[in-house]
Amino acid sequence: MRTILYLIRKEFIQIFRNKFISKAIFAVPIVQMLILVPAVTFELKNVDIVIIDKDLTPESRGLISKLAGSTFFRISGKTWSEKEAENLMLHNKCDIILHIPDEFGMNIGNGKPAVLQAGIDAINSSSAQLSWAYINGIIRDYNSDITIDNISTSGVSSFPIIDITNRYWYNEELNYKYYMLPGILVILVTAIGFLLAGLNMVREKEIGTIEQINVTPVRKHQFIIAKMVPFLLIGLIDLGVGLSIGKLAFNIPFEGSILLMFLGAAIFLIAVLGLALFLSTFSGSQQQYMFVAFFCMIIFILMSGIFTPYESMPQWAQDFNLINPVAYLMRINRMVMLKGSSMNDISGELISLGVIAVCFSTFAVRRYRKTA
Amino acid sequence: MQKAIDTSAICKRFGNTTALSNISFSVNESEVFGFIGPDGAGKTTLMRIITTLMLPDSGDINVLGKNCRTEFKELRKEIGYMPGRFSLYQDLSVEENLEFYATVFGTSVKENYDLIYDIYSHIEPFKKRLAGKLSGGMKQKLALSCALIHKPRLLVLDEPTTGVDAVSRSEFWDMLGKLRQYNITILVSTPYMDEAMRCDRVALIQNGNLLAIDTPGEVRNGYGRKLFSVKSADKYKLIIALRSLNETITSFPFGESVHVTFKNDRIPENLNSLLQNQGINDALTEETEAGIEDRFLELMQTAGPSFVKTTEGKAARQ
Repeated sequence: MRTILYLIRKEFIQIFRNKFISKAIFAVPIVQMLILVPAVTFELKNVDIVIIDKDLTPESRGLISKLAGSTFFRISGKTWSEKEAENLMLHNKCDIILHIPDEFGMNIGNGKPAVLQAGIDAINSSSAQLSWAYINGIIRDYNSDITIDNISTSGVSSFPIIDITNRYWYNEELNYKYYMLPGILVILVTAIGFLLAGLNMVREKEIGTIEQINVTPVRKHQFIIAKMVPFLLIGLIDLGVGLSIGKLAFNIPFEGSILLMFLGAAIFLIAVLGLALFLSTFSGSQQQYMFVAFFCMIIFILMSGIFTPYESMPQWAQDFNLINPVAYLMRINRMVMLKGSSMNDISGELISLGVIAVCFSTFAVRRYRKTA
Repeated sequence: MQKAIDTSAICKRFGNTTALSNISFSVNESEVFGFIGPDGAGKTTLMRIITTLMLPDSGDINVLGKNCRTEFKELRKEIGYMPGRFSLYQDLSVEENLEFYATVFGTSVKENYDLIYDIYSHIEPFKKRLAGKLSGGMKQKLALSCALIHKPRLLVLDEPTTGVDAVSRSEFWDMLGKLRQYNITILVSTPYMDEAMRCDRVALIQNGNLLAIDTPGEVRNGYGRKLFSVKSADKYKLIIALRSLNETITSFPFGESVHVTFKNDRIPENLNSLLQNQGINDALTEETEAGIEDRFLELMQTAGPSFVKTTEGKAARQ
């Protein structure tokens, strides 16, 4: 025990003596939270629309002003030339071309179906679909306005309309930051667990100090534990820093128990640190380790469901996520922070994470060889 | 007397390279035992096996009466190892490094301070300095202090004097000499032949084979021929000239002069005129006593001509 404590003390001395690392440990969460949380967003704003209005009737102007009135769209230009509109889209000057043909107003006036055509830049398919949904909504709205106008002029007093209202639970304003922030926190903790400890271990190999350690009576598990604990603590501290920024800068709600979230993060860190140290036993240089760790980290993060819903992944991806610690913490964080889930609600995730943590750490201790 | 190290027929291969082949030797307790050989001879591999960092492919090895394969855990408490490369924490201070190694061995600096006093007192004024900022000689003293701090029964030093200036090298051997009073067995490897004289016994090692094991004096006495030293201002021309002579058996550069053996163990009568034919007018020839290096070269000659090349390189480097 005394040996472990002393080994841990040594790690801390080294970490804080390294001018860059000791500052980076605290700078990274601050910068990451302040930049990523507002930047990584799916919220659609300021979609540029170019309108080809060949109609020029009160009806077409009514539709255009309705579009201009929404916060999603910005009328960036009007033209009569389809060629010019296409050129604008080709050069990224607009995202949507709305084509209003010249019979539009006439058809509406005559009670015939009127047609519109919208061309949407679909390089980013999800934003294209969202734009389409919004524009569709506005046109439908405009459509029902016209219908109601017509009905009132034709003298029919009542008209059955199904009115559906909805409410978004746990994130009522659909604030994208609330959804992303717990995820960004997970990335933060993952990066610390994955990179720092593994690199530290490989560095000892590179500069040869591990040689000297190996001839000492220090036990394998003592050495591995001493490599884990400092980064476990740093990870938790960074999580705390990140959470405080979330509260101060973004006023993110925190429904559940902070303690529970830290418990999840601690188990998660043991799992990730175990995996990192396990991988480090295969690498002879920091460069090698960086490459392997980066590869694993990207896979873990992208498959964890940070951007895409977990349930919509193919079955094999969901199966893979059974051993992906990042996926568990992603769920735990969001459930605890936004939903206020209790220990009971996330016990499944916690137990799975615990099993992964024990397995990875055991691998690390078993793989670490004091003898070549 | 119990042997500090006892090995029989150790073999170690790395892929297609044989690092050690059939190495058998033993080291007595509290003896200073030197491994002498050029780079790549297998010294480090052998030391790594002795310090339990590596297992031999075959052969038995007992260190301090313990089997290196099965009792390595107990063994590690009693070995002090100083690798060839400086392997202490460069970002910890002198003091912190020493305390760290004392603690991981379950002891304290205070407990064994008398053992390291002679060595550590040189660097104690700089105890707050980071180990990475020390000079080469001080690093070496710190490494030795750290290897000794748990009072090991066996001290293994892998090329401790490589890259250290001549004065520090001599000082270092003086420090090792002082450790004799504590009955510590010292195993040291070096590529410098002159250091062999300061060992109790030496083993000459080349390409994974032991060429000879004996006291330095006996190793020298094993030299089978009369040796002559020839001096001239232009050493390079002299060697070429000597090698072109029929009478010459071997000729190697040795410091200022060239060490030569001749057929019939005597200087050829017309040597000076033969050399003059080749443009060397100032040759001075006399009989000389063979050193360890001469014996080494002789042993390698018999082992095969391919070895000689590497040794010439080594001699030129020195």
